[in-house]
Amino acid sequence: MSGSDVAINIDKVVKRYGSFTALHGVSLDIRADEFFTLLGPSGCGKTTLLRSIAGFEAVNEGAIRLYGEDIAALPPHKRPVNTVFQHYALFPHMTVLENVMFGTLRLGWSRQESEQRARQVLALVQLSDFLKRKPGQLSGGQQQRVAIARALAPRPKVLLLDEPLSALDLKLRQAVRGELKQLQRETGIAFVFVTHDQEEALTMSDRIAVMSDGRVQQTGTPREIYEAPLNRFVAGFIGETNLIEVEVLEMRGGRATVRLPGGQDLTCPAAPGARLGAGHVSLRPERVSLCPPGSGDIRAQVENQVYLGTDIQLLTRLPDGEPMVVRVQNSDADNLPGLGAAVGLKLEADAARLLAD
Amino acid sequence: MMARAGTDLRRFTGFFPMTLLCLLVLYAPLMVVAVYSFNASTSITLWGGFSLDWYHDVFIGPEAPKFRQATINSLVVASLAGLAATLIATAAAVAMHRTGGFRGKTASFALINLPLMVPEVVTAVASLIFFTVIGFSGGIGTILLAHITFCIPFAYLPVAARLSTLPDGYEQAAMDLYATPWQSFRLVLLPLMAPGIMSGFLLAFIISLDDFLITNFVKGAGVETLPTAIFGAVKQGIKPNIMAISTLMLAISVVFVALSWLIGRNGKIKS
Amino acid sequence: MAATTPGSGGGGSDLYRGNAPRLMLPTWLMIGVFLLLPVLLMGVYSFLTKEFRGGVIWSPTLAAYDQFFLNRGLFGDEPPSIEWTYLGIFWRSIWQAGSATLLCFVVGFPTAWFIATRAPQHRTVWLFLVTIPYWVNLLIRTVSMKFLIRDEGPLNAFLLWSGVIDQPLGLINTNVAVLLGLFYSYLPFMVLPIYAAVERYDFALSEAAADLYADSWTTLRLVILPAVRPGIIAGAILVFVPSLGAFLAPDLLGGAKAFMIGSLIEEQFKGAAGNWPFGAAVAMILMTIVMGVLLIYARAQTRAQAREGA
Repeated sequence: MSGSDVAINIDKVVKRYGSFTALHGVSLDIRADEFFTLLGPSGCGKTTLLRSIAGFEAVNEGAIRLYGEDIAALPPHKRPVNTVFQHYALFPHMTVLENVMFGTLRLGWSRQESEQRARQVLALVQLSDFLKRKPGQLSGGQQQRVAIARALAPRPKVLLLDEPLSALDLKLRQAVRGELKQLQRETGIAFVFVTHDQEEALTMSDRIAVMSDGRVQQTGTPREIYEAPLNRFVAGFIGETNLIEVEVLEMRGGRATVRLPGGQDLTCPAAPGARLGAGHVSLRPERVSLCPPGSGDIRAQVENQVYLGTDIQLLTRLPDGEPMVVRVQNSDADNLPGLGAAVGLKLEADAARLLAD
Repeated sequence: MMARAGTDLRRFTGFFPMTLLCLLVLYAPLMVVAVYSFNASTSITLWGGFSLDWYHDVFIGPEAPKFRQATINSLVVASLAGLAATLIATAAAVAMHRTGGFRGKTASFALINLPLMVPEVVTAVASLIFFTVIGFSGGIGTILLAHITFCIPFAYLPVAARLSTLPDGYEQAAMDLYATPWQSFRLVLLPLMAPGIMSGFLLAFIISLDDFLITNFVKGAGVETLPTAIFGAVKQGIKPNIMAISTLMLAISVVFVALSWLIGRNGKIKS
Repeated sequence: MAATTPGSGGGGSDLYRGNAPRLMLPTWLMIGVFLLLPVLLMGVYSFLTKEFRGGVIWSPTLAAYDQFFLNRGLFGDEPPSIEWTYLGIFWRSIWQAGSATLLCFVVGFPTAWFIATRAPQHRTVWLFLVTIPYWVNLLIRTVSMKFLIRDEGPLNAFLLWSGVIDQPLGLINTNVAVLLGLFYSYLPFMVLPIYAAVERYDFALSEAAADLYADSWTTLRLVILPAVRPGIIAGAILVFVPSLGAFLAPDLLGGAKAFMIGSLIEEQFKGAAGNWPFGAAVAMILMTIVMGVLLIYARAQTRAQAREGA
């Protein structure tokens, strides 16, 4: 199983519920040892896709291949993938050890082997002291680790995780993120992770598929998604960005020349699929800097200031009434212009991006 | 690529046929009796044509006065016992759910449920012995007292269930607006509890109407309720007029169930 | 199985604190005087001497219990041996009640599961279908069952006519008839608690089991049944206890051959042949058994809750 092997191939999968289409011909490849995240708002189809891989939803069209083999016709208990459920679904009447042994016993392992394996994975998630407890006696974080151990014990080819961190509080969530990443590296199998939290996706994933309305909007590494978004949805969903309405004048060799609202022109990279005419340029707030009024690329007026701890966010207004958010580091806090002041904005052209839509 | 049922997990082969079998077994005896109550001939195996004779017999025939009196007795007892039991149970429900902890709360809870836990035949014997010892001869009075007692937990169930879903915020608001506890109860809590109280009454009514064993033990010689009258008649052989009575009671039950469901629905919409 | 428990939370409030005594007084009066006291009196009666025309002589004796457990021969002067007659009746009643409970489970569990897994708007309809027959008087229902299965009844008539059998099944006045009667009497008491438990069941557990390679029957056995066990036990108790002391089914459907505890007790209070102290004694023994079962159940409940760390 080398890193370039495709663990899961989703091939034009369509899922309909009556007249509503949840997945519109989704295609994806997930590699054998990567931490892959399905990211998107509620209702985008990410959970439906995950459950289709697990076997709890039947697809109407398309194929789902696990290491080359089409598993779409298999019922869930015949698919060698395991799921960590959002609310864990630990069997309440069984102890932690019995929960973790469940899958391997069903596969026909001997009691001895099952128990040995269970103890091994529970040690991996640091729960060796809790073997005889029942789920009702554990904290949320502990239950989650049991759920992970239970899903890993039968040595699945792929591990599916359905928003497993959503029930945890913030500090715990951040700690667990690192542990999950570590676990994926140690076990070396593909993890398919579903979340609506874009910060989570960015920090944990090797690659992300951003979804909306049953379609994959963009697939790429966290850096690609953040710095080179394809369209307005991806640009707006990940982090914060300024969407500047522009007139696209010229496009050549992957770069475009656009006219800004203030009348100035800017040349920046263009996403594949961008067109001439009306369009949008995405520019992250931290790529805009303040300069004295009259200089820089564009004029603006400071409207509001928000203190974010590490940064300060300035909301400014462009001449055409559109907003522009500027992010300034904390260390420059004392030199900021006051509310209502006129300023100039310098736009970092190479970090801007003309979007495809 | 066909779509396999996604929620396979809820389906088990054989469970649906078993459900149908269950319903068949439940309805077959009653349906058969209903059909034969319209049989013109007294024979069980031969169909003599459609006839309402047996219904006439129930209302006008030689045994009619006996059944009529028994029915009246049953309805009177059921109404009074249902009413009394519901009042008592409502007070008990308020005590259990609106007075916090009190000494003897667990004992009270056990007491409310006691009639449910003592086997019916034991209650019957104990009641008979009791009335004999204190010299109450059998009659409507003894029947009524016994019925009120065993109807209390049945009236309590829906009332307490309803009450336990009502937050006390409304009554607190009432008290904040100068209502006394009694006023707050009468003007705010009672109306909100109404669907539960209605259900409690209906349940107690049906249970009382239905009772045979306890009634038979305590009633003494001169009085009959509908169940005891029917039992006596059955002991002499199943005649078609019994089947007519059975069908009538089935029809009445359906009406009651529909009533109680409608009330239950109204209650939900109101809250 | 009993009325809703006044718990520590959920609707609990002390808005009318201090009113409990006067609110509970009618209940204490009614149930205390007309149930608790009579039961105690009945206990006293079981230790009294019987009077020949029914009723009692107020002179304490163990005669009633003696008659139940021991056999002192025709003239009372033989060395006592175990009297199997009445113990046999008890044993048969336990057996019958147990069989009825099992039958109710076999039919009731699939039914409850089926209804609970229907779409929410359809569930009420199914529930009504199952419960409407039960709003009919138990006496009427038992009589209907008798009508249906007796030798001259429609069931036999149909089977004879269609050639499935050549002579009537002879169902009436047998243990099977009583079993059928008990099953018919108490089926919804098994269905409803199981239904309530299945409705609360988290289907993610079934998904987890399937995800971990269990097929549907294995999931039923290892995950579902344990999860809904409280409902099953509640249903079993609700069927077993009334069946044990039942009177109508054995009397109307069983006749002399299928004598059960209820019939034995009833017989003691009928007219001149009655033996009130004996009847009271048998009733006491029945009540003790039932209370014992209920206590074990209550204790097991509280222990199970503590174990699962509720």
